[in-house]
Amino acid sequence: MLPPPIAIRVATEWLAARARWQPLEVGFWIVAFAAIWLFPDRHLILTEIAWLGLFALSLDLILGYAGIISLGHAAFFGLGAYTAALLAKYEIINEPVLALLVAGLAAMALGFVTSFLVLRGSDLTRLMVTLGVALLLRELANRLGWLTGGADGLQGVSIKPVLGMFRFDMFGHTGYAYSLIVLFILFLIARRLVNSPFGLSLLSVKGNPLRASAIGISVDGRLIAIYTVAAGFAGIAGALLAQTTSFASLEVFSFDRSADLLLVLIIGGAGYLYGGLIGAIIFKFMQDYLSALTPQYWPFWIGLVLVVIVMVGRDRITSWTAPFRRIASHLNWRALARHVAASSSERR
Amino acid sequence: MMFKYTTGAIAALAIGTFAAGGAFAQDTVKIGLIISMTGQQASTGKQVKAGVDLYMKEHGDMVAGKKIQVILRDSGSVPDNTKRLAQELIVNDKVNVIAGFEITPAALVVAPLATEAKVVEVVMAAGTSIITEKSPYIVRTSFTVPQSCVIIADWAAKNKIKKVVTIVSDYAPGFDAEKSFTERFKAAGGTVAEAIRVPLANPDFSPFLQRAADAKPDAIFIFVPSGQGGSFMKQFAERGLDKAGIKLIGPGDVTDDDLLPGMGDAAIGTVTAHFYSADHNSAMNKAYVAAFEKANHFRPGFMSVGGYDGMNLIYSALKKTGGKADGDSLIAAMKGMKWESPRGPISIDPDTRDIIQNIYIRKVEKKNGQLYNVEFETFKDVKDPVKAAMKK
Repeated sequence: MLPPPIAIRVATEWLAARARWQPLEVGFWIVAFAAIWLFPDRHLILTEIAWLGLFALSLDLILGYAGIISLGHAAFFGLGAYTAALLAKYEIINEPVLALLVAGLAAMALGFVTSFLVLRGSDLTRLMVTLGVALLLRELANRLGWLTGGADGLQGVSIKPVLGMFRFDMFGHTGYAYSLIVLFILFLIARRLVNSPFGLSLLSVKGNPLRASAIGISVDGRLIAIYTVAAGFAGIAGALLAQTTSFASLEVFSFDRSADLLLVLIIGGAGYLYGGLIGAIIFKFMQDYLSALTPQYWPFWIGLVLVVIVMVGRDRITSWTAPFRRIASHLNWRALARHVAASSSERR
Repeated sequence: MMFKYTTGAIAALAIGTFAAGGAFAQDTVKIGLIISMTGQQASTGKQVKAGVDLYMKEHGDMVAGKKIQVILRDSGSVPDNTKRLAQELIVNDKVNVIAGFEITPAALVVAPLATEAKVVEVVMAAGTSIITEKSPYIVRTSFTVPQSCVIIADWAAKNKIKKVVTIVSDYAPGFDAEKSFTERFKAAGGTVAEAIRVPLANPDFSPFLQRAADAKPDAIFIFVPSGQGGSFMKQFAERGLDKAGIKLIGPGDVTDDDLLPGMGDAAIGTVTAHFYSADHNSAMNKAYVAAFEKANHFRPGFMSVGGYDGMNLIYSALKKTGGKADGDSLIAAMKGMKWESPRGPISIDPDTRDIIQNIYIRKVEKKNGQLYNVEFETFKDVKDPVKAAMKK
């Protein structure tokens, strides 16, 4: 055993190393932001990728980090979407950013309340419970036709300019920049969260809840916290959809949406934050490309890709990117070495 | 893919952002067809697409010196997909017309785009009455749900049906159907003993059918979206209601030609009011059905003529404008347009841009071993009753 002060330092340094930015990550975000200027005629689909990525990131937080499997994540997404759309329609909150926050908070509240349901039971129970919550909300939105427009969807929503300055245009330029910035900020929060001791404790809960509670981690508390946060993320993703399309329909609660989301996360890989984003990029571009090519049979090709991913195994696919990661880690080591040298010289 | 976008972006920068698209669009008229080829409404998309294809096959792709190009996109039955696809088609592909729209929210979500971009929106399937009110560029070639419902109410009242139980799917078009039927039927002296609403997704009709049977009505009025007619008929027969002397009436969605051949003898005797039957007796329809079945190996349903006539409307409008394809010229040319369709004579109401068509009363009968909706009474030139009532 290491003496306590050293153990703390080792742990802190390990956490810091975990949280350090990899060059590939930096590259990812540079490309994402560069797309604002590089691909102006693709902003509409890029906007969809941004909110779908955020939505998948939210699922990754509970599935990849806490092991909660959900088939009803669309409940929060849908609540966020309707909240944002209703706030705009009845001109309660005209500023989109503020409405986005309110939508996120509403979804968080729902997440907190329903989190007690997912604490109970096994994976199968969780699947059913989450599915049930989404179905209930969908039916509720259908019933409250006077408020939500029922099956016709919520019409006549007009979204005011972001921060009173940037109008949502038909080409989706504002929509993409806005969605991307929101995604980036929430990504930073998620990244901070999972690389904190809290995030580590989540992983231990996912690994073995019994042992986690034996070493003094409050399992239920952790699960409630992450479920609530993830619900907020999903709500904001839904609000982005509603704000960039000025529309919300019962579809936002649909089972298909939750199931597709799981697919997106599986394609991208769960448990490393970028899985949802990469999955969203692959899924949307494939859907767009294939459905333009064969409008009737594109789900077949998506299915095939999924089978390939499962059969070949993600490890082997990621090993194809090994050369890049080797270069990346090489760069990283140099940076680390410089950092260590600098800090040790300070100590002297 | 990356390469393609990069070169595209460079080219766009070099030429000047939008000049490139304009020159090309001179001799091509592009139609963005957005319809569900996958998802819950896939059967509608399949029919509309087949109707569009057949029209293009018969009439070629040149009209008024312009080449017609149809760009098909799958909405997956998701309205926000429809919106994005419509936006991309308008902004990137510079389409002159957007068409399709399997469900009401899909048609509605595109309405503001049609107005903003001044692009004609041809609704080929969705049937809620209000759709055409949402943009001055919307025109419809399918039907409105109330059109058929008020006619069947009139017919029922005249044919000794006094007491009816209504069963409708629990969503907006279902409410429309229930409301328009009930109002008209009561005004004609009938009574509605019970109004039952059935969940839209994966319905089990049997408990509702039992409730309906307990009320001992003369007839059951039924509206379900076209895909669910088969399972309804099966459960209707299983409960023995067909033998209990309870008639089945409704708009024609329940006996959609697309599914009718597989419904079994329980469907025989069902009386519906609708605008199209594959059995419609005209030379044009006989040729239509023969060509359609040859190309697709399934029977044309009422959704297919929405696609077929939608294309005819676009072609005829282009002929009238001499190839001018801007939204204002096209929509002006479309107003009041009259023509003969496989379903019979139809026209576009110049005031509402909605369709005016005959509604036929039909009875399911067996012909040459196959089930058909056989027409036996015609109500001529029916306008959308909801908008007609609003005017008064």
